[in-house]
Amino acid sequence: MISFGQVHKRYPGGYDALQDVSFAIEAGELVLITGHSGAGKSTVLKLMAGIESPSSGTVLVSGQNVAKLKPAAVPFLRRRFGIVFQDHKLLRDRNAFQNVLLPLQIAGFDGRDAARRARAALDKVGLLAKEKAMPVTLSGGEQQRLCIARAVVHRPAVLLADEPTGNLDEAYGRDIVHLFRALHQVGATVVIATHDRMVVQSLNVRTISLSRGRLEA
Amino acid sequence: MKTWLRDNGRALRDAVGRLLASPLASGLNVLVIAVALSLPAGLYLSLTRLQSFTRQLSTDPQISIFLALDATAGDAGYVERQLRTDPGVGTWRFIPRAQALADLKRSAGLADVLDDLQQNPLPDAFVATVRDNRPETLERLRDEAARWPKVAHVQLDSEWARRLDAAVRLGRTGAAILGGLLSAALVAVTFNTIRLQILTRREEIEVAKLIGATNAFIRRPFLFFGALQGLAGGLAAWLIVEGAAFLLNRDLGILASLYSTDLRLPGLRPADVAELLGFSAVLGWLGAWLSVTRHLAEIEGR
Repeated sequence: MISFGQVHKRYPGGYDALQDVSFAIEAGELVLITGHSGAGKSTVLKLMAGIESPSSGTVLVSGQNVAKLKPAAVPFLRRRFGIVFQDHKLLRDRNAFQNVLLPLQIAGFDGRDAARRARAALDKVGLLAKEKAMPVTLSGGEQQRLCIARAVVHRPAVLLADEPTGNLDEAYGRDIVHLFRALHQVGATVVIATHDRMVVQSLNVRTISLSRGRLEA
Repeated sequence: MKTWLRDNGRALRDAVGRLLASPLASGLNVLVIAVALSLPAGLYLSLTRLQSFTRQLSTDPQISIFLALDATAGDAGYVERQLRTDPGVGTWRFIPRAQALADLKRSAGLADVLDDLQQNPLPDAFVATVRDNRPETLERLRDEAARWPKVAHVQLDSEWARRLDAAVRLGRTGAAILGGLLSAALVAVTFNTIRLQILTRREEIEVAKLIGATNAFIRRPFLFFGALQGLAGGLAAWLIVEGAAFLLNRDLGILASLYSTDLRLPGLRPADVAELLGFSAVLGWLGAWLSVTRHLAEIEGR
């Protein structure tokens, strides 16, 4: 489904975020990417969704070389992903329901169908009662769950989550881990970047470990 | 197709919503656009109307041959024979002095003045056109006719109309230049408005790009906004032109009545209105397109 071949990523300014990283993730797999902060976890996720491009090496998604995609094709690559951003990236001037609706509008869903799917996604993360709430009025855990609802609402093939339990207390964190497990069980490929020991222990799945931009044996 | 309609409907609603969300700012923008459009539009239309009027007058260049006041029926008969035998002359007609006076009384509202006259001051006259409408033929006929006996004066009637036509043409070119400049101002106003909107909605655009929005999807509401703002400006310009014509016509009516004529500025015809609105909407769309194309490239989600 996703494969990295000798990927090297150097950011402008000469910082090497990834060096010689190779791995493959099968369709339907649930994988953790771990490492201390600054190890390159976020960069790995950004390369998958074509948000960054590798300095050398290849990133393949369903056999397509992400770096070689035409700019016009990139939006369609991104629609195959659901992304839970580390900083949420919720739109502050729209309520919870409208935030979740956005990916469906972008993908061109019919209005009534889109509303039904958006409510289903909100229900799945336990926020249906707060569909009219603005993001700033939600707690950190609720914002995180809203972000997850937005990431899964269009039923993406791959779910990418960047530190989904960061800044949450353990009870909230566990809820979210359960949510990801449930999504994985219905067939989605799930990639979670985390340095949260609780997540690693409670999921107990294949882990890709990074240290200073390199794979750890 | 259905998706396309749905996306456009949504973009249109979005644009209308934002236009109404800040009524003062939108209103001022619309006003600027309206002023920029109404000035050249009003001027251009008035001059166009005036030019079509002068064209009507000058389509058939005529030669007027005025006989002396003491010319007899025999003298008139001589001129008539000359005109009939001249191969260059197309049509001609004789206007007896009595008829000329009656016409003048009817058309210019000078009945009071003319009634006071002891005798008819007008001469017998012939009005002729030439077959080929060429200036050389007209001038030859003028020169020949001037030498006929008892011909007091020969005049090429088309000359004043041609001069007026040339003057109006000059004015119209000036109005077109003014219109071009102010259209550029309209595009600039829209460009800037959209630039500010893109800056304030930067976050939203970034997020939309990150979750798979195409440039077309992001661009669409801005284009609608630009076109709607231009359209609103065009509507306001229409009202300004009509309002100005109304106010000017009141005073013009008084002035014209003093000259016993009916002179009025024309209102816009439906075709003119459609042209004005279409033009303003297209310019607004263009300004928005330039702005979005220029500024969207700067925003890339990270």
